[in-house]
Amino acid sequence: MLHDCTFFTRKEILQLHGRFHELAPHLVPLDYTNQPDIRLPLALIVSMPELKENPFRNRIVEVFSEDGQGNLSFNDFVDMFSALCETAPRELKTIYAFKIYDFNVDNFLCKEDLEKTLNRLTKGELTPEEVNLVCTKAMEEADLDGDSKLSFSDFENMISKAPDFLSTFHLRI
Amino acid sequence: MPRKSDVGAKIEDVGIEIDGDVSDSEDDTSRRRGNRRPTAGRGGARGRGKKPADEDEEDEEEEEAPRNRRGANKKKAAKSRDTDDESEDDTPKRRQGRAANKGAANKKKGGKAQDNDEDSEEEKGNKRNKKGATGKKGKEEETKDKKGDAKGKGKGKEKEDEKDKKKKKKKKKESSSDTDSNTNSEEESMSEGEMERLKEEVEEKKKVIAIMRNKPWRMKRRLVHLKECQEFVDKFEGALGKGKGRKFYAYKVMMTKKWIKFQRDFENFKTTCIPWERKIKEVESHFGSSVASYFIFLRWMYGMNMVLFGLTFGLVVIPEVLMGLPYGSIPRKTVPRAEQSTAQDYSVLMDFNGYCKYSVLFYGYYNNQRTIGLLKFRLPLSYLMVGVGTFGYSLMVVIRTMAKNADVGGGDGDDGEFTFAWKMFTSWDYLIGNAETADNKYASITTSFKESIVDEQENQKDENIHLRRFLRVLANFMIICCLGGSGYLIFFVVKRSQEFANRDDLSWYEKNELELIMSLLGLVCPPLFETIAELEEYHPRIALKWQLGRIFALFLGNLYTFLFALFDEVNNKLEEEVSIRNASIWAQKEYYANFTLYNNDTDTTPPPMDPSDVIRGPCWETAVGIEFVKLTVSDIQVTYLTILIGDFARAVIVRFLNYCWCWDLEATYPSYGEFDISGNVLGLVFNQGMIWMGAFYAPGLVGINVLRLLSSMYYQCWAVMATNVPHERVFKASKSNNFYMGLLLLILFLSLLPVVYTIMTLPPSFDCGPFSGKAKMFDVIMETIDLDLPAFLGTLMGYAANPGLIIPAVLLMVLAIYYLNSVSEAYQHANAELKKKMQMARDEEKNRRNNTESTDQVMKDLEDLLPNRSLLPPAPPPETGADNKADQGGKSTKVRPGTAGKDVNLQKDVSLSSPNPNARGAVTRPPGPRGPGPLPGNGQQGPGGGPGRGRGRGQPPPRR
Repeated sequence: MLHDCTFFTRKEILQLHGRFHELAPHLVPLDYTNQPDIRLPLALIVSMPELKENPFRNRIVEVFSEDGQGNLSFNDFVDMFSALCETAPRELKTIYAFKIYDFNVDNFLCKEDLEKTLNRLTKGELTPEEVNLVCTKAMEEADLDGDSKLSFSDFENMISKAPDFLSTFHLRI
Repeated sequence: MPRKSDVGAKIEDVGIEIDGDVSDSEDDTSRRRGNRRPTAGRGGARGRGKKPADEDEEDEEEEEAPRNRRGANKKKAAKSRDTDDESEDDTPKRRQGRAANKGAANKKKGGKAQDNDEDSEEEKGNKRNKKGATGKKGKEEETKDKKGDAKGKGKGKEKEDEKDKKKKKKKKKESSSDTDSNTNSEEESMSEGEMERLKEEVEEKKKVIAIMRNKPWRMKRRLVHLKECQEFVDKFEGALGKGKGRKFYAYKVMMTKKWIKFQRDFENFKTTCIPWERKIKEVESHFGSSVASYFIFLRWMYGMNMVLFGLTFGLVVIPEVLMGLPYGSIPRKTVPRAEQSTAQDYSVLMDFNGYCKYSVLFYGYYNNQRTIGLLKFRLPLSYLMVGVGTFGYSLMVVIRTMAKNADVGGGDGDDGEFTFAWKMFTSWDYLIGNAETADNKYASITTSFKESIVDEQENQKDENIHLRRFLRVLANFMIICCLGGSGYLIFFVVKRSQEFANRDDLSWYEKNELELIMSLLGLVCPPLFETIAELEEYHPRIALKWQLGRIFALFLGNLYTFLFALFDEVNNKLEEEVSIRNASIWAQKEYYANFTLYNNDTDTTPPPMDPSDVIRGPCWETAVGIEFVKLTVSDIQVTYLTILIGDFARAVIVRFLNYCWCWDLEATYPSYGEFDISGNVLGLVFNQGMIWMGAFYAPGLVGINVLRLLSSMYYQCWAVMATNVPHERVFKASKSNNFYMGLLLLILFLSLLPVVYTIMTLPPSFDCGPFSGKAKMFDVIMETIDLDLPAFLGTLMGYAANPGLIIPAVLLMVLAIYYLNSVSEAYQHANAELKKKMQMARDEEKNRRNNTESTDQVMKDLEDLLPNRSLLPPAPPPETGADNKADQGGKSTKVRPGTAGKDVNLQKDVSLSSPNPNARGAVTRPPGPRGPGPLPGNGQQGPGGGPGRGRGRGQPPPRR
């Protein structure tokens, strides 16, 4: 069933389940036939080696969790890796990338979002003036409708032309 | 987005369809056009008929579940909802919904899908009125879904129809071939129209299943949906028959999938095969892309040299070793007796004399036998061909790479448009799972941002342009003076060395004057140029190019001086050769005469002379080859020693003496070295020039070069990581790769000239090398044509070489170049024009939006919505419901913050098409008469859309 909803084969899903189980062996049952509803907290998920070094790890997990707090059920977990797997189409990835970068969840990338993104990317090594300059420029470049925040269409337009978005925006299990 | 994703998901199918349907695509299109409207309408209707049903379910749950429970224990609530959905618990309202749905399904079976859909829609409308207080989330999603469906269907429809038709055809074929198949009987039992509709339904569902994974929904929703669709398909697919065609089709689909997977794997494999990728990435993360560009260039050179190495060794050296005469068999393969005593001395071998000189590494060792070995390998011909082929291949590769680079540069023409935004959103590599790499990535991202900031500041700067111009002219003047001075110096020294050549009482300095002066110039001039270049205040990237160009000019002077000296030597040797040749022949005769005299026996043939005793010519080709090999080796030594002393020793001293020094060594004067990009690139380019020139006379040179490149890759990577510090001003090497290529091409051309000149004009030595005994080297080709090819080919060649043919051919080529050039200019012009237009349109849009936003919000909303209606299916209920819900919105968002955030996003999707709606509307729908479906919707949506949209905009950010 999951197979049709994700980009994974049966084997990969089982493998994912193994990983999920590993994260919290005492919480997650090995047998998933009766659809138990178990959620793992954010702290456990981000400790996965795939996410450990990612500056946006908390956002990723939050975006894919159903309650927005970072608690993932197994379905959400599979969903996350499915959307970020290599075979997922650009459109889907774009949607999720937008959500990930939208820190304050207002469906616009405003300047604060950009600043947060930038500071996470550079570990805060840029001076505030530099951050400000970069954010202003990025906003100028991508903001097509001139409302000084990036809507999804702006974002999509920008990302669709980016050469290495697809190659970098995916996780491997 | 859903539309595009549909297309993406469809690609496999389409691929297949196209194969089969080429012949009848014509009539398909016509039929499709006819089909499109009704199907789209129906699809949209059905989409609503089905989807809202489960939307409603969700909504109801939200309604029913006790609010306090949800607020307190979200987890539990979600859980309960989960179970509800899975087990289809029965709340009265939902039952009603399901009943409606079931009824719809039944009636669909009966072939009255459309009517029924309308029915269910009405029901739904009623329901919605009843419970107008449902969370607004559902509605928003609904609208979004609908739009997605409509869009998806609009596009997917065509393909689907095509597919349907194909299937039908298949079926017809089947029915005609074997009449007792169950398909046929079923087909008989249903009327044609019903069949078709049913098929469409099934295809629809299947498509939903196929694209399910592309939808940005929660997993749970997908699961529910999927179940529904699968049930439907399972139920009705049987009716569509499972004959042979079906199996074949499934097989084909499977094979396509496999093939795609294989291709992907192969692609992955290819990328993992790229050598040193990680090393270079590491360097890049520390030193920025400009230093990395040097290493990428080095890697590229290595690849090219590997091919040259394969050619030379595979076709020349190894055949000679395996099949040629062994060492010592003939004079040219033997060390002369006079040299034998010292032939194994280390110093002699290091000068590539002694045994080295008489080995496969050099031209002179090869014999002029037409064929060697059992395979009758034509070694001389192969030697010439490889010599020419080396140049041919190099030219081809360099030009191809340049063209590709240029293409990439032109491909993303709006490169500068999103520099910062791209950097911000796409630079993090999500694959990174290693702390060290992550650190590197952070460093490199920071570096790249700084690069862009420098670029940007560079752009913004504007100051006294006259002063700058004056300074630049001054700088160029000074540099030209320097170059001229160094050129004259070299000329002077060469003259002096020619004078010295006739004297014996030379001091060490006088002997090595030329080399010393040349190395001194090479050491002093580049820093001088750099100092002068400070005056110009170019952007570092441009300054790098200037610097490269100037050093290039300097090196070129040196190289050509060296070449002229070499040519002088060759001419001397050629003169010498004539006399030696006579002496050699005379000695041979003398030997035979002495032999007969000594033995008093004229009948027995004398044993051949000992090969080491034969008088040899100077063999100028080998001499030239030795010169080049020596140069290359000394170049390697100098490069490696410079790195060792200039970088490593300096770094060690600075690092460890810093503890006991009176000033801060690391921060001030000596500090650590920077990686000298321009010097290294030029070194590499000139080294390659040497290889190209020398490879013809010393086939072993290519092997030496491969070793050099391989070792220098590791050595320099280590050196740069261990001893160098990043440049103070980091900058991006955006297109300098092509600049390197340009230098390489120039050097290639310049090294091609002397080699071709020698091949075409100078006579080969009489007693060494594969071409000995011929008047010119290229006579080998003539010989082959005469002896091995049929006669008519020879005459053909004769015609082809006729100036009467060659001159028109050259003319034609020149004309072609001219034509292509003007065409490309025209294209460029058009490109620039288009770009300007785009920019204008963008600005206009911005202005327009700014203005309208400030004046009239409602007008703008209306305007945005207008073009959308052609894409949206009629949607009166959501709008009316939305009004009702507007006051309730706060509640539902409060209850489920996470999903609320998502919902807002989804709603945003609806309005996404607004920024550029006209284009989309125009493309997808010709402004023909619209179907009866959407029209009433328009009327309602227009006014209704205003508030709805305004709400989306003005919605406060959800609380978390």
